[in-house]
Amino acid sequence: MQREWMTIVAHQSIANQTYLLELQGSLPQFVETPGQFVHIQVSDDFFLRRPVSIADVDSDKGSVTLLYKVMGKGTDALTKKQIGDKLDVLGPSGTGFPIDELMTNKALLIGGGIGVPPLYCLAKNLKARGIEVMSILGFRSREDVFFTEKFQSLGDVHVATNDGSMGTRGFVTDVIPQVDGYDTYFSCGPTVMLKGVKEQLKGVPGYISIEERMGCGVGACFACVVECADEEDTKGYRKICSDGPVFRPEEVIL
Amino acid sequence: MIDTKVDLPGLQLKNPVMPASGCFGFGREFAQFYDLSQLGAIMIKAATATKRFGNATPRVAETASGMLNAIGLQNPGVDAIIDEELPFLEPYNTPIVANVAGSTMEDYEEVAAKLGKSTVSALELNISCPNVKEGGVQFGVDPELAYTVTKLVKEASAKPVYVKLSPNVTDIVTMAKAAEEAGADGLSMINTLTGMRIDPFTRKPIIANQTGGLSGPAIKPVAIRMIHQVYQAVNLPIIGMGGIETTDDIIEYLLAGASAVAVGSANFKNPYICKELIDQLPDALSAHQFSSVKEIIGGVHHQTTST
Repeated sequence: MQREWMTIVAHQSIANQTYLLELQGSLPQFVETPGQFVHIQVSDDFFLRRPVSIADVDSDKGSVTLLYKVMGKGTDALTKKQIGDKLDVLGPSGTGFPIDELMTNKALLIGGGIGVPPLYCLAKNLKARGIEVMSILGFRSREDVFFTEKFQSLGDVHVATNDGSMGTRGFVTDVIPQVDGYDTYFSCGPTVMLKGVKEQLKGVPGYISIEERMGCGVGACFACVVECADEEDTKGYRKICSDGPVFRPEEVIL
Repeated sequence: MIDTKVDLPGLQLKNPVMPASGCFGFGREFAQFYDLSQLGAIMIKAATATKRFGNATPRVAETASGMLNAIGLQNPGVDAIIDEELPFLEPYNTPIVANVAGSTMEDYEEVAAKLGKSTVSALELNISCPNVKEGGVQFGVDPELAYTVTKLVKEASAKPVYVKLSPNVTDIVTMAKAAEEAGADGLSMINTLTGMRIDPFTRKPIIANQTGGLSGPAIKPVAIRMIHQVYQAVNLPIIGMGGIETTDDIIEYLLAGASAVAVGSANFKNPYICKELIDQLPDALSAHQFSSVKEIIGGVHHQTTST
């Protein structure tokens, strides 16, 4: 992990309140697994950094692609940053999806909202390893949908929107019964979604990536913890920023 | 040559900068960014008699010039800290200040007794955590309880004891005097100010615990005022803390009466902050025409207005 002033090489709106930000620097060469994130200091006006997951890594260009949603003043200020500006970035942070250890032939990816981006990085990595990928992507409404065509280039895609304006009306959990043939699942999104996915896919090997408000983002402050399910574990918790954000679903209590 | 050394009870500091308790874990994470032996001392995360999971999440929220937190004293318990965390820090040859927390008098006594036999250089008595339901903060707002728990901890261990004062009181001087009378060796001040934020969209408090402790530059003027008051009223050395981010902040704390400082939530913003401040301090002191840290302590000039 390092702190670096990275240069913005692309920055554009891609959906409702959703932006694509591409940053160049030496950090991309240290990204080890999909699911890792960076911790961004938007400006001196904001006290805490913002964790943003890595959606793609381009090692030739030395860049990382981040997708973020405007959630408040900090992310709104981030939208004002322009190509050529430099951003104070800490990372790559966290422990991502353990792709080297995977024993899977067909993966089901389930993403909700701003939980979709890290799954794109994962999908590309799985595909490169000859693993078949299919995705269920959930959004609030048609205006919030992004990256579906990118996922389509890697495998089958099913879209769910809460208001039914695109794809299946409802949640990703409404789509899961419509698909089969997968042997492992990977999911990222709001905790309530992950909880539903975990219950529905009990018995299927999987990995989930958890979102939480963070303090330090390096594992020192204990702000973003999740209770662990293993009673043998004397710690009784996992740190989302450093032990995670990716966990096995049976490892944590959501 | 600028002299940055400070001698406090139990703490021979090569410089007056240390990370504040609760903002630095047990040092492991920050050891990947710089050599921890550069620090004046390390104040480690609170220890309780048995392990604590702490509060529900979300535990943090941003505020103007600061943040709210309600971690709830999450820690693996004093035994695990002594067995598993202290051995990691010992090779750095930097004084360790252990933060002692509890819910009952017996808890404080047990933790202090165990840490008293460990390799830590001093104890910081946490009677001011605003984020635990029982114990904790009551000890820090009632002078009689503060006196009793300080005396108990002094008797339970031979280590110097720094009492960490809560700013959530009407009269900070009364609390400082109670600690002094009970035999405290020093004070650390201030802990966080109790605060709250509400999300206008969900209409719910942002922090699961509802309230949290406010830290960061927002609280610095409160800390400076309280240290200035206490410095004039008691004879104990003070470790100052609250929103320190620059070398001028450090000088301001020293002028108010602090003998050393602790950097808290700024570590979250910039993990290199303590090292950067330590590196910059000699030049900053000389820019202000100081040749040592010691000569600054309590050096605030009282302006008198004549009519």
